[in-house]
Amino acid sequence: MIKVSGLTKDYGARRAINNVSFDAQQGEIVGFLGPNGAGKTTTMRILTGYMPPTDGEALVAGYDVVEESLEVRKRVGYLPETVPLYTDMVVFDYLKFMGELRHIPNVDDRVDEVLDMVGLMDRSDGYIGNLSKGMRQRVGLAQALLHRPEVLILDEPTIGLDPGQVVEVRELIREIGKERTVLLSTHLLNEAQNICDRVLIINNGKIITEDTTENLQARLLGGERVILRVRGEADELAKTIKQVKGVQSVESKEDGAVEFEFASGKDVRPEVAKQVIKAGYDLLELRPIGMSLEEIFLELTGDSKKK
Amino acid sequence: MRNIWTIAKREYDNYFNSPLAYAVAVAILFMQGIYFALILYVTSQQAMMGGGAPETTPINWLFVFLMIFLSPALTMRLISDEARMGTLELMLTAPVRDFELVAGKWLGALLFVLSIAAITLIYPIVVNNFVQPGIDWMVVLSSYLGLILVCSALLALGTGISAVFTNQFAAFFVTLGLFFFLWFMVSLPAGYLPQGGDVFNYLSLSDHFAQSMNQGTINLGDLVYYLSLTALGLFVGSTAVEIRRWR
Repeated sequence: MIKVSGLTKDYGARRAINNVSFDAQQGEIVGFLGPNGAGKTTTMRILTGYMPPTDGEALVAGYDVVEESLEVRKRVGYLPETVPLYTDMVVFDYLKFMGELRHIPNVDDRVDEVLDMVGLMDRSDGYIGNLSKGMRQRVGLAQALLHRPEVLILDEPTIGLDPGQVVEVRELIREIGKERTVLLSTHLLNEAQNICDRVLIINNGKIITEDTTENLQARLLGGERVILRVRGEADELAKTIKQVKGVQSVESKEDGAVEFEFASGKDVRPEVAKQVIKAGYDLLELRPIGMSLEEIFLELTGDSKKK
Repeated sequence: MRNIWTIAKREYDNYFNSPLAYAVAVAILFMQGIYFALILYVTSQQAMMGGGAPETTPINWLFVFLMIFLSPALTMRLISDEARMGTLELMLTAPVRDFELVAGKWLGALLFVLSIAAITLIYPIVVNNFVQPGIDWMVVLSSYLGLILVCSALLALGTGISAVFTNQFAAFFVTLGLFFFLWFMVSLPAGYLPQGGDVFNYLSLSDHFAQSMNQGTINLGDLVYYLSLTALGLFVGSTAVEIRRWR
């Protein structure tokens, strides 16, 4: 649904994105992850037909974003980063106006439907200017969903929402992502981990890596990590675990827990549990821990060698 | 076409939320009302000495004259403010052509101005009721046609300039300056040049209206003049919006 190759955009002398290539299939939620100023918004603006690229090409829903910009715009729902809205309009009128521009039949019914989806039914006759930031965000989302777009492009969709709303909006995106293509940007790593099927990590205008969230972890770790906790003192625990065949590395944590690693596919957890109990400990916890995207990100961008 | 209408409708409604638009409407109608009263007073004095019936076309001249100063206030924010607020991003990612956006804005402004002009129809109607055998409606028609054409040109130029700027006051002053130049100054060289001065006379905004349509004569040249200015304004606007995309 989205196919980008060699996309480059210069703002004067500054290169905002450099030779970006990726694609996204129907029914896939792709996350664009990167720090501020990495080029996420620029890429999205090109894909929505807002501005043309300096070089490279992009196909959205089978249409070229430069040559067939109008066709692309008909098929894309876009939530810009700053959620620009006509603050002097009533919520319903605003959505109806946007719907009329998209030639939606029975636009009134559809507006009600979308307002219901984003939970703003009770504010439909209020002025946009009087809405809180979270509500405006949802008006923007409603606008993006109005015409049932094949491709949904969301720039920081959950920013400014309170925790309850974040969960709701993520749920909504996941629902939509089952049938359509969703490209969303975020600088929140757990968000990408939470909703996305696949993550593109972008920094300084370049895509550093692209993979599913699970694969990313596996690739970077080369194994699986497990944390183990027992009741009481655990001085000899690390030694006991180290003796189990297949355990690659063992590390005692300050709070008495022990973290160990083993190669993917060779699960040593049953054996470790057996040995720990045999050594007379009361086993409380045995839990796999994934590497957070935060760690992956720092590792990939090389921003931090602290860890 | 449908998109132009949708945008025009929103823009038209928007004027009724804007105190500035009301101020413009009140300013025009207030001054016209005074002018009308004066015309009636003077002609009634002259009528006692055998003078003619009052004419209402000078009121339309005043309307157009005031539009030189007031229409920049109506067009200044049309596109510049969308750029400043960021809502231009919505318009430029909606399936709307740049031209449709600019034309829609212009049409909305024109419809608002024509709504004010419609109120002034009361003056010829009033005069018609008091004069035997009534007034010459063809002159009134010609005058209003001229008024529509001048407003169309002014508002198109204003909309075009609004698309160039992100600051609405910059748009206001540039528009005002241009109108002032086209109304008062462009024909000045005509008086000094030995020949070829007609070109400058032709460019003058005021003559095409005051000397012809407001007197009841409709020339093709006048129509072409105002329609060209309208087209120029809309062209400048669409081009400016397109340039914004590339920046």
